[in-house]
Amino acid sequence: MSAPRTLFDKVWDGHVVLERPDGVALLWVDRHFVHEGSHHGFAKLAARGMALAQPELTFGVVDHYAPTRGGLAAAAPDIQRMVRTLETNAEAHGFRCFGLDDPRQGIVHVIGPEQGLTLPGLTINCGDSHTSTHGAFGALAFGIGATEVAHVLATQTIWQKRPKRMRITIEGVLGPGVSAKDMALCWIARLGADGAQGHAVEYAGAAVRNLSMEGRMTLCNLSIEGGARCGLVAPDQVTVDYLHGRPFAPAGPEFDRAAQVWMDLASDAQALFDREILLDAADIAPTVTWGTSPEEALPVTASVPDPAGLPQGRAERAREALDYMGLIPGQPLAGTPIDTVFIGSCTNARIEDLRAAAAVLSGRRAKVPGLVSPGSRKIKAQAEQEGLDRIFIEAGLEWAEPGCSMCVGMNGDIVGAGKRCASTTNRNFRGRQGRGARTHLMSPAMVAAAAVAGGLADVRPLLEGRA
Amino acid sequence: MSGWTRFTGQAVALPLESIDTDQLIPARFMSAPRGEGYGSFLLHDLRFDSAGKADPAFVLNRHRDANVLVTRRNFGCGSSREAAVYALVDFGIKAVIAPSFGDIFAANAINNGLLPASAGAAVVEDLIAALGADTAEVGIDLAAGAIFLAGRGIELRLAPDARDKLINGWDDIDLTKAHGQEIAAFCARHRRQAPWSWPGHG
Ligand code: SF4
Repeated sequence: MSAPRTLFDKVWDGHVVLERPDGVALLWVDRHFVHEGSHHGFAKLAARGMALAQPELTFGVVDHYAPTRGGLAAAAPDIQRMVRTLETNAEAHGFRCFGLDDPRQGIVHVIGPEQGLTLPGLTINCGDSHTSTHGAFGALAFGIGATEVAHVLATQTIWQKRPKRMRITIEGVLGPGVSAKDMALCWIARLGADGAQGHAVEYAGAAVRNLSMEGRMTLCNLSIEGGARCGLVAPDQVTVDYLHGRPFAPAGPEFDRAAQVWMDLASDAQALFDREILLDAADIAPTVTWGTSPEEALPVTASVPDPAGLPQGRAERAREALDYMGLIPGQPLAGTPIDTVFIGSCTNARIEDLRAAAAVLSGRRAKVPGLVSPGSRKIKAQAEQEGLDRIFIEAGLEWAEPGCSMCVGMNGDIVGAGKRCASTTNRNFRGRQGRGARTHLMSPAMVAAAAVAGGLADVRPLLEGRA
Repeated sequence: MSGWTRFTGQAVALPLESIDTDQLIPARFMSAPRGEGYGSFLLHDLRFDSAGKADPAFVLNRHRDANVLVTRRNFGCGSSREAAVYALVDFGIKAVIAPSFGDIFAANAINNGLLPASAGAAVVEDLIAALGADTAEVGIDLAAGAIFLAGRGIELRLAPDARDKLINGWDDIDLTKAHGQEIAAFCARHRRQAPWSWPGHG
């Protein structure tokens, strides 16, 4: 009998082309997603006059620079150029690219799963750190840089050193108004933004199994914010049901055969992890960030921390963060006035996220302006069919086209200098949403609550009496 | 890329934690082609005010010749943008010494000849204190695995594969092409064993 293995090791072992004596392995890559930001990788390929190794396994999408309002014609020239460069590369190399006018267009980490391109047991790379999202399906998915992008384009393989394994087990039941976003912010706050550095993280436990695929994607998406190389959830019936009938997924008897293989990927009962973390779902509250790193997060019921009470290195960092964020130590987080809200990004712009925000906003007005950018065209259409767009618009928010938008501001959607934004995105870094912008990360329901209150707010009272 | 083994230069301290890649190069500069160099984008919003005026107090504005950074934990966390490494390299930075690095950043650095040297947190704090607001001569020897800085000899912690790559200036694509047959064999086997791994036709 072979030694018990983790989910991660099973997928890894199944993709090793060869292993060097120094322990670095050459892995086969099942899916390579590219976007406008991959232009450096294509330029490197062109500089060598090399062809794309596997056009069939390469998929492109316009997302990072996608205009969310006014269309491409009205966009700045360099944005038009970035979009055109990707489309030109797709034509030249013969891979499929979901352009702005494609009904399948959306954020890369949203459309991969949505189209059934993301499957359990695959290796998936993309020149974007939130590639960890796809691990929700039990895939080995991680972000890479431009040199590595060029390598995957040229060879369909990647050199990697096997990371250590960590398991984060979250048992129990989440309270009302608490979501996958809060689970992620909670463990990152506990372990630190580098807490999982060098590790592949598997999420386990009842609270994880009870998440929908959307929730699992949010959880895995944020793995990188805790420093993890990737995040994974073992495939189960929820995974299989989600994938059934997706356009690029296997069909008919082949789907059933694949599903059986996928179900066997779960970590063996005796498999060992280098680190084990145990959390209780009941201890997780609706969470918001107060600083400029995702680890600087607290329950919304808490107060802004006082750097004086922190250890020396931490204190300095906290002081700088509070100065940038314009917050006063000791003041309650709830009630901090905000200027705008953003609902979008590969973290929280799926249909379930939009429903959660709409459930809070329904019949209410936002006190501040804001933008809602669904994760894909398909999600946009679905939301409109359910009337969610009306709820957002009637609340006073803007209903826009899909793209990375205000998550990274490359398309021009930015938060003004000194302005405070309640955001469903993944990074509260200085200047991430625009120079001088102050970002508070939280779940879609919490962003909706902030919009209604005009400041950071606990969503739970707003959900009382609502389904 | 050409490799290197030994290097002497000037080190400065950047006593900040978790300098993320959005700070190393703000997103708005990333559509620029590499041709003109990315050095002026490095830490742009810390170095320049919103009118584009350089902050004379910022350490990299005072010491334009600095080529080694000593900084705090989790350097290069965040986005996978290799442009963050281009900004450092094009500015003239050869090595960053910190207690820890973002994984993707460290890989990108090695691929561009930039050394991500990890050192213990206490050692780094000691160096930051010794450097203060000034520069100090620094020597790095990859083969010997040592750094000499501000009168101290520090052990250079670097994985052997990363060290070999920096020294030899290896290019992964060339290395991998030598394994073309193994890749083709794997591909054929994988296709038999896991045919569902190939996408359907949408
Ligand atoms: S939404 Fe943000 S984090 Fe996600 S892929 Fe786009 S830029 Fe990256």
